[in-house]
Amino acid sequence: MSSDAVVIQDVHVESRPWVETLHDWVTTVDHKRLGILYILYALVLLAMGGTEALIIRIQLMVPHNHFVSPQVFNRMFTMHGTTMIFFVVMPVLFGFMNYLVPLMIGARDMAFPRLNAFSFWLTAFGGILLYFSFLGGEGLYGAGSAPDVGWWAYAPLAAKAFSPGHSSDYWTISLLVSGFGSVGTAINIIATVLCMRCPGMHLGRMPLLVWLALVMSAMVLLAITPLTAAQMMLLVDRYLGGHFFDTQAGGSATLWMHFFWIFGHPEVYVLVIPAFAFISEIVPVFSRKPMFGYPVMVAATVAIGFVSMSVWAHHMFTIGMNSYANSFFALTTMAVGIPTGIKIFNWLATMWGGKIQFKTPMLFAIAFLFQFLIAGLTGIIQAAVPVDWQLSLSYFVVAHFHYVIVGGILFALFGAFYYWYPKVTGRMLDETLGRWHFWLFIIGFHLCFDLMHLPGLLGMPRRIYTYEPGRGWDTLNFLISIGGFIQATAVLVFLANLFLSYWKGAKAGNDPWDAWTLEWSVSSPPPAYNFATIPTVASRRPLWDLKHPEDPDSRYD
Amino acid sequence: MRGTSNSAGLNAFATSALIALGAFPAIAFFWWFLVTAVPNAPAAPLASLTNVFAPETTPGRMIFDLSVFVLAVTGLIFVVVFGLLAYCVVKFRPTEADADREPAQVYGSTQVELAWTVIPVLIVVVLFLATARVIHAVQDAPKPASALDVTVIGHQFWWEFRYPSLGIVTANELHVPVSDPARPTPTFLKLMSADTDHSFWIPQLGGKTDLIPNRVNEMWIDPPRPGVFLGQCAQYCGTQHGKMLLRVVVDDREQFDAWVRAQQQSAAVHEQATAGRRVFETTSCVNCHAVAGTAATGRFGPDLTHLMSRRTIASGAAENTRDNLRLWIEQPDAIKPGSLMPAMKLSDGDLDALVSYMVTLE
Repeated sequence: MSSDAVVIQDVHVESRPWVETLHDWVTTVDHKRLGILYILYALVLLAMGGTEALIIRIQLMVPHNHFVSPQVFNRMFTMHGTTMIFFVVMPVLFGFMNYLVPLMIGARDMAFPRLNAFSFWLTAFGGILLYFSFLGGEGLYGAGSAPDVGWWAYAPLAAKAFSPGHSSDYWTISLLVSGFGSVGTAINIIATVLCMRCPGMHLGRMPLLVWLALVMSAMVLLAITPLTAAQMMLLVDRYLGGHFFDTQAGGSATLWMHFFWIFGHPEVYVLVIPAFAFISEIVPVFSRKPMFGYPVMVAATVAIGFVSMSVWAHHMFTIGMNSYANSFFALTTMAVGIPTGIKIFNWLATMWGGKIQFKTPMLFAIAFLFQFLIAGLTGIIQAAVPVDWQLSLSYFVVAHFHYVIVGGILFALFGAFYYWYPKVTGRMLDETLGRWHFWLFIIGFHLCFDLMHLPGLLGMPRRIYTYEPGRGWDTLNFLISIGGFIQATAVLVFLANLFLSYWKGAKAGNDPWDAWTLEWSVSSPPPAYNFATIPTVASRRPLWDLKHPEDPDSRYD
Repeated sequence: MRGTSNSAGLNAFATSALIALGAFPAIAFFWWFLVTAVPNAPAAPLASLTNVFAPETTPGRMIFDLSVFVLAVTGLIFVVVFGLLAYCVVKFRPTEADADREPAQVYGSTQVELAWTVIPVLIVVVLFLATARVIHAVQDAPKPASALDVTVIGHQFWWEFRYPSLGIVTANELHVPVSDPARPTPTFLKLMSADTDHSFWIPQLGGKTDLIPNRVNEMWIDPPRPGVFLGQCAQYCGTQHGKMLLRVVVDDREQFDAWVRAQQQSAAVHEQATAGRRVFETTSCVNCHAVAGTAATGRFGPDLTHLMSRRTIASGAAENTRDNLRLWIEQPDAIKPGSLMPAMKLSDGDLDALVSYMVTLE
């Protein structure tokens, strides 16, 4: 391989007592270790959130099931949603960004390493607080224990009158704490990207992943802030006699909805933009071509960032807004489809005329394109407000956003795991297990979430703990649950692969995929200082330039 | 390092399997077609389904037409883009011939990118105009003088219906008159909540609208033929959101007038039920329930004046039979765990007497 010129010698590490190793990990401010901690933490909570999903699916397998009580069911979907959004997808994405951004821009660490560690531990404690509620909380009348007000915690259900005890407080404070962590990380990523790039890497030469990390971080700053404000107002309501959302004393239920969704919708893009980022790295490398229309991809991302700030009320088409407001939010919501469509076309154009390598990361990327296309189109269907009057709050919506988050984001994440695992551990993930993982997951996913649209069209609302037989929902729900279990099996295969390959996997070397960005120029795993000498780049693909001196990108840059 | 002969078979397998992916949504779509297209046929008997694609009312049909249009447009986009993806996956596999060469490095094309920006913009404009038209037609429809007003109040976990112009209060089963398209008598619902958020959804009668405390929402329905239409609360409202069922009975004009006259009466008085009535009036039942013509004027629970005119109890969770009534009073959690109806802790004798009184409230 021609990139040997920039290889750094593997540093031999002597074995040390495990207490010291543990101490190193707990006190670390290294962006790579914090990245790994974020990811491991997210995997643990993925198991929790996944278990909750399975309990939900067992309960809904047959009508009038008594597997769990309504109280437990309500806790399960509240905890499932809260866990997956705030303590699985957010941390795992922050983990990848933490790990990759400094390496990709030729920096030795993040701009604020201590803030980085602080942010991680805030997020971690937030999750612990949320799960401690199973022991310490007390919920709706007679319900007890973990939060059970739904992951939106709509007013006034979360008010003291309807949610006495402390379960809603655990929800509120855990999101408040982890929200501060997210803001810290966002500031850190912005500062790192703007100030720490290596010589030659102006903004137009940053890898797309770095651009998307920048946009995502800016959106985190704008989106988390209203959520934090709303959580504080809710605490004031609950403990200091405030009446912001306390409808019994003249407060406004819709005020909470606006606060929550002006966070909640940008949040969807906060989660999906990193998925775009992974795809924008994986598709070019495995198609053996540069990203098609790089400037347009950047512009489309920034456009999504802006437009997605003005679409929040499409979660509220049924609350009785007037026809002008409804029309406005229909327009903005449909408009988001334009830059998103541009992205999909650009990925396809990148594959077009390429030489596609069907390695596991690329399989996940292709499945992402397919599923994200469908998820986007069902989004457009719901942006047609009157159609949403039927579909909103039904299982169609549940299917739609799981298509985005599982079919889109999770597939992109799996691709990212297979792509960067060799860099992080120095070992390849097993391709055979990878294919089992991929095909099992894809069968389970489509069985579960394709069919899940249908009960929605047949009038099944979300968040019901059981349902009446004879409405055409029975068989569908049974099959959906089977699909859920197949996905759980696939995740077990994935976890086994992560675990086994750490010891048994083939040695990866510096650059197993013949890729082009800076992280592949250092050893796997990279040394603590990343780069012995800070590199200088002359194009968007510095390793291409090294490997192809006869035809470097820098010639066209 | 790439394009080894070993991976060629795997690549072929992966390619065909990826194409087969397209079959999954296709199967789902056909399933949808089978379950939805049948009841929508005009000759089909009135099934009490909850299908959004079997609309009965004017707003429901406008939504249906818009859905078909939007589905067609998005379906077309899907076919085109999926076709491109499938083509890429089939066409641009590595071959033995180019094993050692990188493909041509293409960085972009302004014309192509402009094309796939402009076309989506046009599609969005068309979809938006079609949407805005239906929004306006449904939301800003004028209210005719012949319209019937009903106030719907959401409670944890049941529905209260008040007919201010008719002086009727009932629960969980909404009666409305048929609306003849030639001389429309639509029903305008005023939606409010006594506690948390709820949402009124009868899929066959049109879209859903939320019931939100401190706020008055409106929706209207004009079912052209009689029938019973099912639905349930769609907005999570607490522990028993799942069994906050809802039914709308569309009566022809005569049936509706008869129903109105019956509901306007005070509660029936039967000599043999005096003992039960005494139990009712001397326990905490009266704190929450009202029976017109008695001392019971509670508003926290459903009005029981004409309890036996309803087919279900506990907001649709159980059939309205003597046994179920007895179980509901004795042990509400057996029917609807977490509902706000307390177990009344009566002796067997009192319970039997009370149920005997209940079944006289016709």
